[in-house]
Amino acid sequence: MRHVFQVRIGPVGFRIGSDWRAPIAQLEALYAAYPKPVDGVPDFTVRLFAARPWRRIVRPAVMIGGDYVLPEAAPLPLAQGLLAAEMGMNLQMALGQRHFLLLHAAVVERDGQALILTGVSGAGKSTLAALLSLRGWRLMGDEFALLDPATGLLHAFPRLVSLKNASVATVAAEVPVDRLGPVLEGTPKGTIRHLVPDVAALAGMDVPAKPALILFPSFGYESATRDVAQSEVFVRLTQASTNYVAMGERGFDALTALVQGVPARAIDYPDTDGAIALVEAAWAAR
Amino acid sequence: MGRALDGWLLAQTLRDPGGTVALGAEAWTALLAIARAEQMIGTLAWRLNGLTVPPSVARILVDARASAEQGRVAALWEAEAARRVLVPLGVRVVLLKGTAFVAAGLHAGQGRSIGDLDILVPRAALDAVEAALLEAGWEWVKPDPYDDAYYRQWMHELPPLIHRDRDRMIDVHHTILPLTTRITPDAGALLAEAVELKPGLWALSPNDMLVHAAAHLFADGDLAGGMRNLWDVHCLVAEFGTDGLAGRAAQHGLSHEVARALRLAAALYGEGARLTPADRLCLRRLTARDGWGRATRPFTRMAFYIRSHWLRMPPAMLARHLWTKWRKG
Repeated sequence: MRHVFQVRIGPVGFRIGSDWRAPIAQLEALYAAYPKPVDGVPDFTVRLFAARPWRRIVRPAVMIGGDYVLPEAAPLPLAQGLLAAEMGMNLQMALGQRHFLLLHAAVVERDGQALILTGVSGAGKSTLAALLSLRGWRLMGDEFALLDPATGLLHAFPRLVSLKNASVATVAAEVPVDRLGPVLEGTPKGTIRHLVPDVAALAGMDVPAKPALILFPSFGYESATRDVAQSEVFVRLTQASTNYVAMGERGFDALTALVQGVPARAIDYPDTDGAIALVEAAWAAR
Repeated sequence: MGRALDGWLLAQTLRDPGGTVALGAEAWTALLAIARAEQMIGTLAWRLNGLTVPPSVARILVDARASAEQGRVAALWEAEAARRVLVPLGVRVVLLKGTAFVAAGLHAGQGRSIGDLDILVPRAALDAVEAALLEAGWEWVKPDPYDDAYYRQWMHELPPLIHRDRDRMIDVHHTILPLTTRITPDAGALLAEAVELKPGLWALSPNDMLVHAAAHLFADGDLAGGMRNLWDVHCLVAEFGTDGLAGRAAQHGLSHEVARALRLAAALYGEGARLTPADRLCLRRLTARDGWGRATRPFTRMAFYIRSHWLRMPPAMLARHLWTKWRKG
């Protein structure tokens, strides 16, 4: 394709091709500190392309393609080309990843042990992960937890953190502006702004961690913490996994071991300060 | 392997896996993208098993083999689910395509991606089979009355059904070509010569497997997925030979199609063959991929797409069908 960018995020290499220069230029800037795919052979290909040749120029609309695609994905305006690239990479992982069991979750690490934050969209995973990474935790990822069935360890996937709506201002207040991407208004998920993970996250990209605690955060409630039964954790994590069924018995064994070996709690929080306090308390009591 | 980065790269690699020692990073990347686009990454991974490849490639291939193995387990389980439901009817349930290859342990099934469960049953048993499947949790996915009626009147299979718990599709065939096609294969002979794999599950005889692959490719479809189908042909010929194949093809009225399948499989994966100009056009369509896995050669593709409809329906009926479809948007 006309414009190409390659990057490695944790154990996964990507090749992104585009009919336009703009999304590739943004990726080059935001992923400048990242390594390239091992041996120059990426795991997955993403394509950003115009549905018809003239749509490169006239009302340009970015279609998302790649090794694995959803049949009826809607195109995005060129101004959201960076988001299209991120969605394309996530899609390859969600549909094509077969080495790791994928959990839709944010992961942070401290003292070699990993905290998994999982929950429905809007529960505050990305926001919490970003804030914790500003308070001594290593960011391992804000989108996918990569559980290795062979070892039971979590591998880092520290892609750009996707901040949405109100959390954009919350996090932007605490980080230098050169770690922030362009403000993307009017996306299917509202306003989005990407945060470049910090030096510790990139330096530790290849260091896995042992899972130590699973938290299910919920935003918008009075502070509360409750234990979650293993049966409930198991069901919620199968729902949070994009490839649990495709992984077959390996996925079942990996998930069972995780659920049986790691404590889980649900935390309700009214604001970010409350959330940080609850996370630290749960971590201390694990 | 100094070829352009198109479908031939995949074909040559499957024919001669040792040739990959000459591949650089860009060619490897293209090969993997093309193999995925043709749904042959599992086949490629098995073919390269044991060879020395770059570590990043090796990791991708290990995952592809594991994924294909899980696909095999799931396909066999789906066949078993159908068997349990259909055994009481006392009719032959013949597995087709990928599921048949893995159930019979054939070379063609190694690493093969398998989507739907395809089965062949006697036409007289169609109503009973459909009722039994609906009773056991399969549901219709074509809610459009025109589509539904079209399938039942003119197709070689029931409208597709999906199982509501496992989300897997089943295609119930009563023959191997649409009824609107000019050729009418001998469905009774397909069933009569079928081989029992285990109690209640059957597969076509090897020659009929080849006839089916050829019919699907050249008398029905637009060659989409043709590289994979011709790999099936190549493997079946290598495993069973072609004794009696010409006679069997003639019996089904598919001599030309079977002969072409053999020539093209040999051209892509075997020792080569004397090709007609039409064969070369088919190969141009079959290998129409670029190093990004994109479909290329749009005019050739469109020509084969139009041809597939032309083969499938008489002109007046085609016009009526397209008119109805167009009005529905």
